[in-house]
Amino acid sequence: MTRFLLRRLFFVLISLWVIISATFFLMKAVPGGPFSAEKKVPDEILKSLEAHYGLDKPLAVQYYDYLKSVVTWDLGPSFRYDAETVNQIINRTFKISLVLGLEALLLSIALGLFFGVMAALYHNKFQDYSSMVLAVIGMSVPSFILAVFLQYIFAIKFDIFPAGRFESPLHHVLPALSLAALPTAFIARLTRSNMLEVLQQDYIKTARAKGIKENAVMIKHAIRNAILPVVTYLGPLTAGILTGSFVVENIYGIPGLGTQFVQSITNRDYTVIMGTTVFYSIILVFMIFVVDMLYGVIDPRINITGDNAKGGNANEFQ
Amino acid sequence: MEKLLEVKDLHVSFQTYSGEVQAVRGVSFDVKKGETVAIVGESGCGKSVTAQTIIKLIPMPPGEIKQGSILFNEKEIVTKSKKEMFEIRGKEIGMIFQDPMTSLNPTMKVGNQIREGLIKHQRMSPRAATERAIELLKLVEIPQPEKRINQYPHEFSGGMRQRAMIAIALACNPKLLIADEPTTALDVTIQAQILKLMKNIQKKMGTSIILITHDLGVVADLCDRIVVMYAGKVVEQGTKREIFKNPQHPYTKGLLRSIPRLDQEKETSLIPIFGTPPDLISPPDGCGFCERCDDAMNICKLEDAELHQVSETHQSRCWLLHPMAQGVES
Repeated sequence: MTRFLLRRLFFVLISLWVIISATFFLMKAVPGGPFSAEKKVPDEILKSLEAHYGLDKPLAVQYYDYLKSVVTWDLGPSFRYDAETVNQIINRTFKISLVLGLEALLLSIALGLFFGVMAALYHNKFQDYSSMVLAVIGMSVPSFILAVFLQYIFAIKFDIFPAGRFESPLHHVLPALSLAALPTAFIARLTRSNMLEVLQQDYIKTARAKGIKENAVMIKHAIRNAILPVVTYLGPLTAGILTGSFVVENIYGIPGLGTQFVQSITNRDYTVIMGTTVFYSIILVFMIFVVDMLYGVIDPRINITGDNAKGGNANEFQ
Repeated sequence: MEKLLEVKDLHVSFQTYSGEVQAVRGVSFDVKKGETVAIVGESGCGKSVTAQTIIKLIPMPPGEIKQGSILFNEKEIVTKSKKEMFEIRGKEIGMIFQDPMTSLNPTMKVGNQIREGLIKHQRMSPRAATERAIELLKLVEIPQPEKRINQYPHEFSGGMRQRAMIAIALACNPKLLIADEPTTALDVTIQAQILKLMKNIQKKMGTSIILITHDLGVVADLCDRIVVMYAGKVVEQGTKREIFKNPQHPYTKGLLRSIPRLDQEKETSLIPIFGTPPDLISPPDGCGFCERCDDAMNICKLEDAELHQVSETHQSRCWLLHPMAQGVES
């Protein structure tokens, strides 16, 4: 197990390094810089600014410095906002994004499983059709349209929820809904098709032949086997919610990491772009790791460590 | 002997897009206490549907019991509600399925799968159920049962899984065990072990068994009586001896001819039954077998025969047994 963890950690580090390097060189390849604003800055000032932030050094040195700052997790000052370092910006904004993200995640898992299971249990009936119509809408309407639409209906027309910002729990409802719509639809469809497949399996018949109640058959036998692919989807789902939050945070004026990320790119705020990118990648890679672990917990047939010598297989031939 | 199960004129149909499939078309047979009855026939003859109808495990809809009655312990099953069936399945009637590789829930420990029925039907405490599960695994001759109950099905071999299936089916001491091709998916040596095990358990517990199979070799070893089904009907039934030694229906004869024998000449090839069974969406008016039968007469196409009494225990549905057919060369 320890060996497995170490091996995984090694691959995690390699993928992070690739992401960091790609971001660095791509960013350098884009024309313009943090100080190329509309107003022309005198050359001497520009030079001294670049010297101050180390932008006059050769690219290789800048790259080396950058790697060093990532490893020590001291991401340096923001080029645009003197008052804050990148670390401070991430600390301030990530809390907000995390809350919103978790809300959307839980919402989409709960709703998605509910609609999916319902649709499968009432296959080809009203519940099935209505869930799947909702799911198609959820998948095909982009989050920025949905977000604006919800804002217009519930905030402006009926004034039930506030239109923007992120203060009281009421403020959370609309952004969380807009963010959760797509993953909910996806999970619902995935759960439905898996449930339908599992319900045809022989072990469901065995469970029914035992005389246990239909609810118990569903909960103990069917759903657990049906959610396995949903768990696989949790990794990309987290990615979706994180990237989706760029748009949704902007529309609702939420001062989260997504808003910050988008702003930093338009500002060419190098250190903030790099800092947020690395931060996002760490979360993603970590989530994928967690999903792999969960897989082994839910499905005992999957041996995540990959060593077959141990376990019951050897007993099979007794 | 007392009758435990009595199936009378059972008709089961399935609604499909291409029409109503009449899977079972008037099946009658009975099972006495402590007896083993084999239902034999080729794929699609309605034997599994018959068996699953007894515990109402066929999906309804599309399945439907058109007519007939199933008396279990003198109580009618056909009219029982879903709720009442929960008290019969697992508790009064246990069932074993064909493929042990797919019949156990892969994400649940074997012990828990056995305990489930015990906790539900016998209101056992979890601990008592665990002890009983260990006992059951011992009964089905699985070594190290204390360790095995905490393992998952994928850690069991095929034969072991079928033993575990038997343990699940027998957990609540059912009066009737329905085994739907219990050995078809196993290799031959394991088949013999499983059959022996079932025989021993029957001796110990006095359970009646309905054994569904297409393998007459399996039947010969285990059962007391044989019901031969073809195209959704019973074409012949009798004691094991009567069916093997004195088969009356051409289909039964064909089945027996197609078993390889140890004492036959090396060069003689097996004689298969040519052709395919009729389409049960529009079943023929006459005998279902007449298209494949060497002895078919004109009447066979027009009308199906009644069950003719060959002896007190032996019946066959063939026109050749009709008094008017006496003297017809077969």
